[in-house]
Amino acid sequence: MALAVDIASWACLVAGALLCFAGGVGMIRFPDVYARSHAAGVIDTGGALFILLGLALQAGFTLVTVKLGLIGLLLFFTSPTATHALVKGALAGGLNPLCHQLTADETAALADKASP
Amino acid sequence: MRLVGLYLALFVFWLLMSGHYEALILGFGIVSCAAAVYIARRKDIVDHETLSWYLKPKLPFYWLWLLGQILKANFDVAKRCVLPGSRIDPCVFLAPADQETSVGVVTYANSITLTPGTVSMQTWDHEIRVHALTRDGARDILGDEMGARICRVEGEQ
Repeated sequence: MALAVDIASWACLVAGALLCFAGGVGMIRFPDVYARSHAAGVIDTGGALFILLGLALQAGFTLVTVKLGLIGLLLFFTSPTATHALVKGALAGGLNPLCHQLTADETAALADKASP
Repeated sequence: MRLVGLYLALFVFWLLMSGHYEALILGFGIVSCAAAVYIARRKDIVDHETLSWYLKPKLPFYWLWLLGQILKANFDVAKRCVLPGSRIDPCVFLAPADQETSVGVVTYANSITLTPGTVSMQTWDHEIRVHALTRDGARDILGDEMGARICRVEGEQ
C-alpha cells in the first residue's frame, strides 16, 4: 500500500516537473509575450497541480494536505488574475500581438463551425 | 447573518492553519477572528458578493469540468512547446460573455485564462478580448460551452 502511494506520488511529481520543463521551453521558443503567456499557463496550472498532488500523496491525511489544497486554491484564483494583468498591461503599453486579428466575419465563421 | 458566516469560515480556516488545540492558543484564535470580523464590518466590505456566489451547489461540478478542460489543454500546449516542428497559429478575437453579473463575467474570463492556450486580454460588460494560441482553441471558446456552463451555475438560487 505504502509502495503504491509512493509510486503514484512520484508519477505525479515527475509529470509536474515535465510540464514545468515544457512550459519553460515554450517560454523561450514562442515569439511574443502573448504566446509566451500560454506557455507560462502550463507551468502554473498543470505543473503546479501535479506537484501539489504528488506532495499531498506524500503527506497523507494530515493538516499538511489541507494546507497544500489551500495553496492550490490560492494559485487557481491568483495566477489567472496575474496573467490577465500582465497581458492587459502589454496591450495598454501598445505592444501589438504578432498574429492575425480575426475580423467579425471570421469570428462568426469559427463560431458556426464550433456549434454542432 | 453574513457576519456569523464570515466568523465561522474564518475560525475554521484559522483552526486548519494552526493545528493547535490548547485553551490559550484557541482563545487567541477566537479573539483574533472576532477582531477581523469587526474590522470587516467597519470597512463595510461584507456585501452580497462575499458569500452568495460560493454557496451555489453547481459550482463544484463546474470546477471539476474545468479541471478536465485544463488538463486536456495542458498536454496540447505542452506538446506544442517541446515537439520540434510543431505549429502555433495565434489569433485575437472578441468572444461574447452572456453572464448577468460581474462575478459571472470575471469567472468566465478567469476560466479562459486558466485554460492554457487561451488568455483573456481585456474584458467589458458583455465581451472579452481573447488571445488564442491555435484556431482550435479559439473555436472551443467561440463554441461557448464554457460560457453556457457558467450561465447555468449563475442562474440557480
